[in-house]
Amino acid sequence: MAHETPAATTGGPRAATAPGRAPSSLTQGAVTRGGIGESTLRPDGVLKVTGEFAYSSDLWHEDMLWGYTLRSTVAHAKILSIDTGEALATSGVYAVLTHDDLPTEVKHYGLEIRDTPVLAHGKVRHHGEPVALVAADHPETARRAAAKIRVVYEELLVITDEASATAPGALLVHEGRDDHHSGHVPHPNIVHRQPIVRGDAAAAAARADVVVTGEYVFGMQDQAFLGPESGLAVPAQDGGVDLYVATQWLHSDLRQIAPVLGLPESKVRMTLSGVGGAFGGREDLSMQIHGCLLALRTGKPVKIVYNRFESFFGHVHRHPAKLRYEHGATRDGKLTHVRCRIVLDGGAYASASPAVVGNAASLSVGPYVVDDVDIEAIALYTNNPPCGAMRGFGAVQACFAYEAQMDRVAAELGMDPVEFRQLNAMEQGTIMPTGQAVDSPAPVAELLRRVKAMPMPPERQWEVAGGAPDVRALPGGLSNTTHGEGVVRGVGYAVGIKNVGFSEGFDDYSTARVRIEAINGEAVATVHTAMAEVGQGGVTVHAQIARSELGVAQVTIQPADTRVGSAGSTSASRQTYMTGGAVKNTCEAVREKVLDIGRRKFGTYHPAWATAELLLESGKVVTDGGEALAGIAEVLEDESVDLELEFRHRPTQAFDLRTGQGNGHVQYSFAAHRAVVEVDTELGLVKVVELACAQDVGKALNPLSVVGQIQGGTTQGLGIAVMEEIVVDPKTAKVRNPSFTDYLIPTILDTPTIPVDVLELADEHAPYGLRGVGEAPTLSSTPAVLAAIRAATGLELNRTPVRPEHLTGVR
Amino acid sequence: MRVTFDVNGRRQEADDVWEGESLLYVLRERMGLPGSKNACEQGECGSCTVRLDGLPVCSCLVAAGQAEGRQVVTVEGLAGENGELSTVQQAFVDAGAVQCGFCTPGLLVAADELLERNPEPSDGDIREALSGNLCRCTGYEKILDAVRLAAARAEQAV
Repeated sequence: MAHETPAATTGGPRAATAPGRAPSSLTQGAVTRGGIGESTLRPDGVLKVTGEFAYSSDLWHEDMLWGYTLRSTVAHAKILSIDTGEALATSGVYAVLTHDDLPTEVKHYGLEIRDTPVLAHGKVRHHGEPVALVAADHPETARRAAAKIRVVYEELLVITDEASATAPGALLVHEGRDDHHSGHVPHPNIVHRQPIVRGDAAAAAARADVVVTGEYVFGMQDQAFLGPESGLAVPAQDGGVDLYVATQWLHSDLRQIAPVLGLPESKVRMTLSGVGGAFGGREDLSMQIHGCLLALRTGKPVKIVYNRFESFFGHVHRHPAKLRYEHGATRDGKLTHVRCRIVLDGGAYASASPAVVGNAASLSVGPYVVDDVDIEAIALYTNNPPCGAMRGFGAVQACFAYEAQMDRVAAELGMDPVEFRQLNAMEQGTIMPTGQAVDSPAPVAELLRRVKAMPMPPERQWEVAGGAPDVRALPGGLSNTTHGEGVVRGVGYAVGIKNVGFSEGFDDYSTARVRIEAINGEAVATVHTAMAEVGQGGVTVHAQIARSELGVAQVTIQPADTRVGSAGSTSASRQTYMTGGAVKNTCEAVREKVLDIGRRKFGTYHPAWATAELLLESGKVVTDGGEALAGIAEVLEDESVDLELEFRHRPTQAFDLRTGQGNGHVQYSFAAHRAVVEVDTELGLVKVVELACAQDVGKALNPLSVVGQIQGGTTQGLGIAVMEEIVVDPKTAKVRNPSFTDYLIPTILDTPTIPVDVLELADEHAPYGLRGVGEAPTLSSTPAVLAAIRAATGLELNRTPVRPEHLTGVR
Repeated sequence: MRVTFDVNGRRQEADDVWEGESLLYVLRERMGLPGSKNACEQGECGSCTVRLDGLPVCSCLVAAGQAEGRQVVTVEGLAGENGELSTVQQAFVDAGAVQCGFCTPGLLVAADELLERNPEPSDGDIREALSGNLCRCTGYEKILDAVRLAAARAEQAV
């Protein structure tokens, strides 16, 4: 394991301003081998278990200041005045900035629609909106100074739902919209609307023997990554700034930061620091611009670290949704049609709402064959907290509703819910509601079969022979609320479909730079990308790919930064496909160059150099027949090969704004769950006993990591099923539970065993046949748990998360 | 104020400490030991877990002055003198219990303490002992694997 600072690896102008603690290169050599398909261990694992790994909140610079953000205490108000005088006069304070201090005419940012003020101007649109910034020599000094800033608000009526957003005379959350969705939306408080119409739903409904309608509510979920938003901005001598930060997409940040600072992108040098989880919550900017503004203003390095309270306001959440569905089926169990309307609450700023709408609409029917559909999805502008990307991205909310519907239709028909799903399951060749053919394996029925075939967990696991029950295995756990009285078991199933990669015509690409050289007689490789390693294990996989493609043992992964081309976002289950694909693609080109050098030097000595297909394996150039021709180091000698190339997936198309037709997605991924729950029906407490998952991953590049992704995604789905919800007061639009005391995520006692069955059916269009893994398990987990609770209780349960009062009727 | 206490067997001192600073803040920002993590700073997540005179505590909820003259063990103190990983650290790496790793330091300190007092924990014991440590990435299955593995290896080594 090599420990190098960026200064040591890069030299150049950064050396003068490098922090005292900074991200390091990761080198794995002879000890940890392993190409694709092997459960190679993480190259950052040792740093992470020793406490040496440099997370963004761990960064430190001599002489650094601490930044702090003053946020609005109300959700919707005019700002009448801001008085910073007393704060500025506080000893230890170096700067106080408001909207008026922004250096250029660009005062807003945003992922797709640039509607978010860097600092509030004249108005705040949600609780916790940034209003002013303070830099001071101690974090407590900065906090106390911020408390001395006097902001006078004149409160406005809050818009909190569809009715208040579209009521006659409703206030507009954003006046004078001119974004590219503003022309086709039915109301300025609707960010984007995507209908999908295919076939003739009315005619098909007439053929239905049973029709089931339902209305569903999905709560607001928080990503709750553990590493808080944080970073360190260091002013540079050239007038630029070096920013060390935890993010999901360096280059997207860069595009949004540089114009606000009035700097060319080349003068905003970004380095990814250790990221403590992301799950979509770091797609949008948090402290990036604020830190840079304070650093440039004070001429000193500025570190900003949110605490958990602030983190709940510092990133977007998963869209809460209201969903109305109508499913029809014939007596023999075939779906006739689906009508649905999905209303997503985007909150005060657009963030990723348009893309979430596209996903919710296009995946709203689920992994089933339905020829006749009438679908509409919209996202609202309201004064609720802004919502955007979170693992599953629009597909999660839809899956919760359509899987509840599938159970209800099966019950109406008197059919087994799994058999009913299998009867309607899509397969390769199925046409989606968008008109797009699914052109790779879609083993929906098989995943359901597999998850159903897993052995069931034993009954009454809490019983201890000859002793008191183990309450840890019972609903209520260590609260000791039951010893088994009133506890009823239920089993539920669900399956989902998620797109992989960026859709709807987006030019989705990634870049990888790969270098091969000989050091001390051994060929070694260096991989440099801007991929955000957020915990998923991309760095592990990149080294595995380089080993497989280049036949080397030692691979160094350089810190991700903006000196190399964009890797795109660590989201949409896309990074192994896209940046993994980019590393593979560049390695193949590097290999050809190595072979060219070999042919030039040794071609005359052996005819196979010209005639055979050549590979790089175990440090040697070998023929496809296995004959070794030369050592790679021998071929390279003092030469090196160093290439940086872009990689793209197949192009996609925008969805038609009227019909929703279009080949909008790149790839689909599928997972199925079986949930076994035990419910204390008297107290309304739920113990999830087991959450079994079967998922098709195309090709498991690292089986250990793949299973880890599936278990982690499954657990986030469990969270929104039974405990997680950001509670927003409907009268004030203020967040009521911004803490881990009141916003509960599953602990190890809440989380059941999660047996995983991994299926590998290659997608011939994807690198190595792989399928993006990260999101699909978050979809079906939630509806499976809900189905199991319904089976245990007989209750309808049309909202998630389920709380005790929903099970007992007692409030 | 000045605070003086032992961290991982070494005497540490910090000057100009504001009375409101937590043990976590002093470890991370004044003593150059950022291994203990700051995920919630409200005693709910366990990422800042250290041992204070042997007992696991949330260092974010301990005022730095309360540690005066006492023994603190952090994640940085788990590895051997020459940097060799402890049994529980190695098991976390081997079992795939580390993803983003932000919860890992606190979990390691808690698991180390569990195995010290209960070398053969049942799954229920492991879940109970680690229930104060939130992890958002793994779904905990690999963490259970890691603690089981560490216990098995420690037993083999005896």
